[in-house]
Amino acid sequence: MPAPLSFRNFPSCIAPKSESGRERGHVTIRTLPARPVSYVICLLMLRAVPLLSLLFLLGLLAPFSARAAMEIQVIGGAASKIGVALVPFQTAPGQPAPALTQIAGDDLNRSGQFRLIDTSGAQQPVEPAQVDYGVWRGKGVEAMVIGQVVALPGGRFEVRFRLLDVVRQTQLAGYSYNISAGQWRATAHQIADTVYEALTGVKGAFSSRIAYVQKQGRRYELKVADADGQNPRTVVRSGESIISPRFSPDGGRLAYVSFEDKKPVVYVQSLADGARRKLAAFKGSNSAPAWAPDGKRLAVVLTRDDASQIYLIDADGSGLVRLTHGGNLDTEPVFSPDGQSIYFASDRGGSPQIYRVPVAGGEPRRVTFSGSYNVSPAVSSDGRHLAYVSREGGRFQVTLHELASGQTRVLTDSARDESPSFAPNGQAVLYATVLGGRGILGTASLDGRTRARLSEQGIDAREPAWGR
Amino acid sequence: MNRFVWPFLLALTLSACGTTGGTQATVEDRTGGTTGAATTAGSGSAATAGGAETTPLGGQGVAGSALDGRQIDASGDPRKDPASPLSSRSIFFDFDSFVVKDEYRNVLETHAGYLRARRDARVILQGNTDERGSREYNLALGQKRAEAVRRALGVLGVPDAQLEAVSFGEEKLRNEGDSEAAHAENRRTDIVYTDE
Repeated sequence: MPAPLSFRNFPSCIAPKSESGRERGHVTIRTLPARPVSYVICLLMLRAVPLLSLLFLLGLLAPFSARAAMEIQVIGGAASKIGVALVPFQTAPGQPAPALTQIAGDDLNRSGQFRLIDTSGAQQPVEPAQVDYGVWRGKGVEAMVIGQVVALPGGRFEVRFRLLDVVRQTQLAGYSYNISAGQWRATAHQIADTVYEALTGVKGAFSSRIAYVQKQGRRYELKVADADGQNPRTVVRSGESIISPRFSPDGGRLAYVSFEDKKPVVYVQSLADGARRKLAAFKGSNSAPAWAPDGKRLAVVLTRDDASQIYLIDADGSGLVRLTHGGNLDTEPVFSPDGQSIYFASDRGGSPQIYRVPVAGGEPRRVTFSGSYNVSPAVSSDGRHLAYVSREGGRFQVTLHELASGQTRVLTDSARDESPSFAPNGQAVLYATVLGGRGILGTASLDGRTRARLSEQGIDAREPAWGR
Repeated sequence: MNRFVWPFLLALTLSACGTTGGTQATVEDRTGGTTGAATTAGSGSAATAGGAETTPLGGQGVAGSALDGRQIDASGDPRKDPASPLSSRSIFFDFDSFVVKDEYRNVLETHAGYLRARRDARVILQGNTDERGSREYNLALGQKRAEAVRRALGVLGVPDAQLEAVSFGEEKLRNEGDSEAAHAENRRTDIVYTDE
């Protein structure tokens, strides 16, 4: 559990996403001076800092209000949570809906690490000088967010917000954003990231993206959405199934398996321009792509020489090297964060279990020993945890496995879980499950006590993957 | 001759497809070796070879309807004759099994005869599983069912260049129900001619 109001790692504050190249300075961020000058903790870049290029894309392609909402349900809760009040910002005429504090509050709620304190009926301060700290402390508030939205010419808005330490009566962070309406939600996620990092010491992941496959009748759509399931946009449409999307480490490309060629073929597609090509289309089946941390090569599963075996291939399709041997079924590779080894599922021991093999080659070592079916491994970015799907008593559930201790914990109470993947900050797991006969996406906190549902009315969603 | 071959074929597929069988090495010598020599070996651009094999059908909807083997065609193509075993295009498997059952002897022998007679004909063998469990893991399991049928046809004298074993895992469920009967319909290998 994170220590409340820890200021570790603070200088990195709202570090801009490092998607290089095609970023645009369409969003400018600057700091608001903290009133009690002694606690200016976050000295921000005064030059124009580009938000991730996605902001630009979203602004063009996905109007914030166009899509049906994915609802969020927080099912459980952790024991120790940080009390946070998000005071609704002073509004501007014509501002988008829902409110920024609503979107950011949903983000913080899903993480399971905060107790959002009701602000109705209380004073609604806009500036720190208006805050009656005693009243908020009396409500159990440890930190609060205040702010305002100001309409600018040309349909743009200025969003100003401050994060205040209610106990010490100081400002922890303060920012001003100059945004278009299309950047509304992304701005809210940036606010949530700022709050999350300031209060937990861990970088937030609310501005990240997810990919998933939506099935409608016989049509399949590969989609990319915000981490809260909003702003979905379709990147591939097909009359045949698509599975196993995986973001490249820089978030700019998706690898996935498409069946459009009457067999499984691995494609790599640029998200910026939609251009794609076949990465692996060898004789037999081609599947289960996994990016190396450097983004320069991938692990794939091929059947060209033998049963399903793991190979390494350069991102340009050259340099194919076979990694596993033996004629058993080896699949679902995933790189360790240091890029030195690969976890994968194999039946070499008689039942499906997770193994680990050095990328340089060598004898695989078994990692999971309990149960008779452990598949679909994912590794957290700090390398401490595995998540995978275990079958126990006919139920398929996401299990968290602490590698150092070997301790495991079932994270869900559903029965048909698939495809776990970690948030970029390693603090939550995204997965698919089935509820009421249709596929839904969910997130679970690492303690398993907070689960959120990302579901859209009437859709069948599956094969989620979390990217940066 | 066919009757002669069949028991051998069954024994071969049995030993080849046991999940943890120790006899796989001998099988690899016979079948895996020829696969390795397949024409599409090469870089990622081998995709075009695969595409050329599979493009004639064009739209995906056509592939779907051809799979059930019940299409009646007046063109005289023996594969379309509902009275011929060639119109049977699916080999079903028991739960957790990758063994071709004896009841499919006649179907496979007839397909093998057709393929031997028409060396330009090619088939894609699409292995399938039921929907329980991981999609990628099921893809690998479906591959074992496709391989079982590929080996059977290989033993019956079909050159490996005419065969490609692939898997659809649980992506092409024939029955989306949750009953055991539904699962049984999904555990199969479909024989798909690339020119249909």
